[in-house]
Amino acid sequence: MAIKKFVVGSFEDEAVLFRAVKKVRSAGYKLHDVYTPMAIHGLDKAMGLRDTSIPTAGFIYGITGTTTALLGITYTLVWDWPLNIGGKPHFSLPAWIPIMFELTVLFSAVGMTLTFCYLCQMAPFVRKHHFSLRSTDDRFVMVIECTAKTNEEELKSFLSQAGAEEVHTQMAETGWWLGSYSRNRKSFENPNAILA
Amino acid sequence: MALLKYESQVRPPLIDGNKTYHQVTVDIARPVEERPSRLWWIAFTIAVLLLGFGIFSVTREVIYGVGQWNLHKTVGWGWDITNFVWWIGIGHAGTLISAILLLFRQGWRTGVNRAAEAMTIFAVMCAGQFPIWHMGRVWMGFFVLPYPNTRGALWPNFNSPLLWDVFAVSTYFTVSVLFWYCGLLPDLAAIRDRAKLKGRKFFYGLTAFGWSGSTKHWQRHESLSLILAGLATPLVLSVHTIVSFDFATSVVPGWHTTIFPPYFVAGAVFSGFAMVQSLLIITRKVFRLEQYITLEHIDVMNKIIVLTGSIVGIAYLSELFVAWYSQNPYESWAFMQSRANIFSPYGWAYYIMISCNVLSPQIFWSRKMRRNLTVTFFMSVIVNIGMWFERFVIIVSSIYRDYIPSAWATYYSPSIWEVGFYLGTFGLFFTCYLLFSKFFPVIALSEIKHILKRSGDSYKGQMGEAEKETPEAFAHEMAH
Repeated sequence: MAIKKFVVGSFEDEAVLFRAVKKVRSAGYKLHDVYTPMAIHGLDKAMGLRDTSIPTAGFIYGITGTTTALLGITYTLVWDWPLNIGGKPHFSLPAWIPIMFELTVLFSAVGMTLTFCYLCQMAPFVRKHHFSLRSTDDRFVMVIECTAKTNEEELKSFLSQAGAEEVHTQMAETGWWLGSYSRNRKSFENPNAILA
Repeated sequence: MALLKYESQVRPPLIDGNKTYHQVTVDIARPVEERPSRLWWIAFTIAVLLLGFGIFSVTREVIYGVGQWNLHKTVGWGWDITNFVWWIGIGHAGTLISAILLLFRQGWRTGVNRAAEAMTIFAVMCAGQFPIWHMGRVWMGFFVLPYPNTRGALWPNFNSPLLWDVFAVSTYFTVSVLFWYCGLLPDLAAIRDRAKLKGRKFFYGLTAFGWSGSTKHWQRHESLSLILAGLATPLVLSVHTIVSFDFATSVVPGWHTTIFPPYFVAGAVFSGFAMVQSLLIITRKVFRLEQYITLEHIDVMNKIIVLTGSIVGIAYLSELFVAWYSQNPYESWAFMQSRANIFSPYGWAYYIMISCNVLSPQIFWSRKMRRNLTVTFFMSVIVNIGMWFERFVIIVSSIYRDYIPSAWATYYSPSIWEVGFYLGTFGLFFTCYLLFSKFFPVIALSEIKHILKRSGDSYKGQMGEAEKETPEAFAHEMAH
């Protein structure tokens, strides 16, 4: 992926952050992302993100599970090796409902979780650039990408006025790479960047 | 205030003390970052010793066969299946707290859900041991899996509740682990970003999967949690329902009962909450988390205990009524003679069950008792003893005297290796729980932060201002 330049503003209060997000968007800056220590309901809407497709994926995985169970049991008990169990019909659907339900849940849950990890690019040994270590603790960190048109100084003062406690610039890799968090950070980073 | 949903001033705070986001992180990460106390080491040693004894008992059983246990042809299910159902029941509270209470938007779940989910996973692990080792020739355990085989392509019987159990319990375990771990990711990342030691950075860097806290990721995470909760809710009901089908679909008097599914689910929630109480009363004390797991939480869970205990009580009464009303001599023998007659061989077990499960929890109608930690801890142990006896009564007192008196059993009491196996699962459970409480945050950090400004003690005062607003302004804020 590419190495880009970002202006990073840390906010202390989520209410201030909300207003700042709206201001930044209406001012036409390119909002890269906002990193928060907990889920903030409505922030995705304020940032203009589209809804996630995880529910749809979950539904598709779920019906795959139901179908697998139904076809699998039908194949084994009706077609491949029909057994007379207490004179009951070979195709005894009511007795299969428990397993069809369990497989629906299993497929849906496992599939959605894997989809989640894939979409968020999350796995063990996946290393990403973190703009601020406090974004998992108590700071709401807004990251704005500097494009060719962006005036960096103007943007910094704009963020300060919008209520950011601390504003600075960072060079960062936007994608992920394989590595571990116990090693040093990548050398392309701005050594002067304040990371505390 | 714009993004805070209104919360009533009448409700007591869920997080005591003057907390900021940072303080929450510090408090909850402390047990992970501190060295374990002497008490932890003592408990861990005992747990590992118990586990060792359990492994030894099971090894004997594998080498010499199920004959090591005192089961015989009449009492074919004894302590092993009793313990299986008992542990599975305990494993229900975690999902109830995390999934059902999430769907019902109960804010108080955030203080207790992480530990309860962990408890669920460990309890299901313990439960799974019993049917597996009960197989006897455990090396043929894979026969339960449907795969094309050389035994004439003999498939497992999908119409059998025992096979449903295999699917239900393994699905339940998998989904619980996924739900628990997805919830843990942001909290592990928080500990990773605080870590100073290299080993800790590595371990939490590895386990946090590179979580960054991006808004898009949070959006997906919330969506995932909600749907997993929606799936886990019917799942948790289905698991104990299917466990009850193991009995209810048979033609054994005392098992052949249509009220088993709801009765078992209520009993499972009952014993699960009791186990959560036992664990959390100790955890909050040892890790000094009294401001997060407050008396309010203990109080609410005791209310659930008295509710579910009474549901179980009604189930016991219904069973007796139906046994009488059915006018079926076998049914009435199973209930009136083998159970309710205190002078029958297992009559004592029935009355231990009634007094522990139905009578004693009634003290929780009193608010003072619900908020008394000693009483709560004592009661939580009593309830779990009672629930163990419930399963024992259902299983053993129904089968030790069946239709033909010539097949009536001699008195069944467990062998030392059966008891050892049970103690071993306690070892497994507490070993896992102690490791969990040392290496993972026992409280859901990000979820506590989520409710902090609504339900935190120091923020509740500000919520009152919403009452003074005009309805239009209030509606506008709520819309965000």
